Amino acid sequence: MPVKEIIISGFGGQGILSGGKLIAYAGMLDSKNVSWLPSYGPEMRGGTANCHVVVSEEPVGSPILNSADILIAMNGPSLDKFEDYIRENGIIITDSSLVERESSREDIGFFSIPATKLAGEMGNQTFAIVILLGKMLAETQVVTKDSFISSLKKVLPEKYQYMIPDEIKALEMGMES
Amino acid sequence: MAEKVLMKGNEVIAEAAIRAGCKHYFGYPITPQTEIAHYMAKKLPEIGGVFVQAESEIAAINMVYGAAAAGIRVITSSSSPGISLKQEGLSYIAGAELPCVVVNIVRCGPGLGGILPAQCDYFQAVKGGGHGDYRMVVFSPSSVQELYELTVEAFNVADRYRITSMIMGDGMLGQMMEAVEFKDEENIETVEKDWALTGTRMKREHNIITSVNVNPYELEKINEGLQAKYKKIVENEQRVEIYNCKDADVIIVAHGTVARIIKNVIETLKHEGIRVGLIRPITLWPFPTEIFEKYASVPKMFLTVELSAGQMVEDVRLALNGKKPVYFYGRMGGMIPTQKEIMDKIKSILRGDRDG
Amino acid sequence: MAKVVFKKPHALAGGPMHYCPGCTHGIIHRLIAEVLDELDIEGSTIGISPVGCAYNNYLYFNCDMIQAAHGRAPAVATGIKRSRPDNIVFTYQGDGDLAAIGTSEIVHAATRSENITIVFVNNAIYGMTSGQMAPTTLLNQVTTTSPYGRTTKLHGYPVKVSEMLSTLDGASYIERVSTHDVKNIFKTKKAIKKAFMVQMEKKGFSLVEILSSCPTNWGISPQEALKWIEEKMTLVFPIRIFKGFDLEVGK
Repeated sequence: MPVKEIIISGFGGQGILSGGKLIAYAGMLDSKNVSWLPSYGPEMRGGTANCHVVVSEEPVGSPILNSADILIAMNGPSLDKFEDYIRENGIIITDSSLVERESSREDIGFFSIPATKLAGEMGNQTFAIVILLGKMLAETQVVTKDSFISSLKKVLPEKYQYMIPDEIKALEMGMES
Repeated sequence: MAEKVLMKGNEVIAEAAIRAGCKHYFGYPITPQTEIAHYMAKKLPEIGGVFVQAESEIAAINMVYGAAAAGIRVITSSSSPGISLKQEGLSYIAGAELPCVVVNIVRCGPGLGGILPAQCDYFQAVKGGGHGDYRMVVFSPSSVQELYELTVEAFNVADRYRITSMIMGDGMLGQMMEAVEFKDEENIETVEKDWALTGTRMKREHNIITSVNVNPYELEKINEGLQAKYKKIVENEQRVEIYNCKDADVIIVAHGTVARIIKNVIETLKHEGIRVGLIRPITLWPFPTEIFEKYASVPKMFLTVELSAGQMVEDVRLALNGKKPVYFYGRMGGMIPTQKEIMDKIKSILRGDRDG
Repeated sequence: MAKVVFKKPHALAGGPMHYCPGCTHGIIHRLIAEVLDELDIEGSTIGISPVGCAYNNYLYFNCDMIQAAHGRAPAVATGIKRSRPDNIVFTYQGDGDLAAIGTSEIVHAATRSENITIVFVNNAIYGMTSGQMAPTTLLNQVTTTSPYGRTTKLHGYPVKVSEMLSTLDGASYIERVSTHDVKNIFKTKKAIKKAFMVQMEKKGFSLVEILSSCPTNWGISPQEALKWIEEKMTLVFPIRIFKGFDLEVGK
């Protein structure tokens, strides 16, 4: 795996940007080169959010992605916007609680998990992103599970650190689904 | 070795400034560089420093002028429209020969423009955006690690020559997170500032900081002094990265974030048997002219790629002085060229298409 | 030995000043220097020269000095004071500098209650650039850019800086004084001294507005100019304390 380019996209408040940071941090802990770039400015207004993450053996070129290997889409518009960005043999993971349709592409791997519903059952919908990231880890091994767990401690603010055991449960739920 | 941390480019600039011994920040909010101010507002009071949110960029640069005159390390940051407002102050700072660091996280213009990445302030930065015959040392980092290293160095260069050092990046660099490794201790050059305003303590003649002189004979001498200083900087401070240039068919010239995309292009084209090199100016002023003399004979042609209508390309042409054809490819308005666009352009100029 | 009854203040530097005959800038410079001497603060003071007739008055003071861009002196003062809070910092600004191009800087320095002293010289005209209308030019006053007299319709009203700034919570001490006779010159010195003492005692922003003459650009004799201050200017710009009545210094 010389380089993996990832787009995570959804609504503001779903933990899109933090989810990307977790992957970037975990990649760094795995001794990879990483970059994380949020959408900024007017794009942030109106409730959509996305970030571009690169995890690479080589130095990272452009942090802005015109195409990617992995898409995590947490709402319908995100799938519409980024579906065509995904390269052949790439994967798309959607939250089927929020994305109604499936991908029509046959040259990619498509996975959908009712992550928001599952997270709600765990008592906190914000775990949805971690469930989806768990699926990504299981399908691609882009970062190791150990590093991901370590990155939770780095990225989560002090006041949310108590949630880490549940975050790990959510991760494992995603990996096994 | 210190631990690697994942940080936003803008925050790294602020952290680097603090590590370089800068405890004073004056600025006015503008996207996409405001994280620098946020970081400073939080950190500086903890270390006995000063953060002032000025009423305008004009006031901010004049606060910098005052603080630099007082002999301390000082920084301000802004983005294109705000940097335009700072030009008056930058000219005075140049005239009074004060050291300071100014950050421009460039956005696309003209006017209010947009906030996405651009390199359209190149002329303003390297040709003198304010009035008068003056220069600033302009650094164009291309990674978050380099933002750290060059920000520290910018303070050293500013003090060494009593000049403004500008860090010029764009929103891509300012907003992105990348791993950065801080050194355990920075290389901070200390120079004695016996010209600074400290109060005479009744022990010396008064120090005067000024840029005005209505005697043309004297003012010409002062200008000649400035030019002599700039010449020394041109001789000593050219910085450049050379990547894959040996045996290159085409050498691309690009700075800042664009150079990152070019490196991807170079690796991709290797597999197609097309040899492409990169000259990446790290100092935009002084422009690394010398390296072009060395590499002029290597490729068939040069291609400058910029996030502008073609600004640095003029300096590339001056440096090559007609020795090789220089082509240009640019995007504007916040658009970023894709690898494919650049590869198509390279193939096209190699085929000899007239307009490239 | 004869007793010395009058000498140049130590803080006053240089030889003859460049100001026109009958201009009261020179008097104001001397008053500032006397105050620096009397408070024994010359060695810790940093002064800021404006753009305008006093652009090079850094030559006239023996304390450290810096020249600022037009109107920006309060911002420069902020930068210096925040870097060296134990030094005394003052600006010297005219009415074009402070009340036109520099309104933003003066308002916000006052509102931040920067612990600095502003000496604001109001002579109702632009002197340096040869007699154009100033923001403080009186109604009906003839200038090179209001050759038919200042009218409310074309030019609006004179800006009353002391009144305006005294509405700001951050301003600690504001007083308007005049230089048109000996009694008022003494009062001017007292106000300047108080302003510096407010700063020395870290009580915040202080400003002294000084009504001053410009016989050259007003087109009248020095004597008539002093009379004009008294009879015309003080009606529009009343001489009084605006802020800091109860501010006690030197106790």
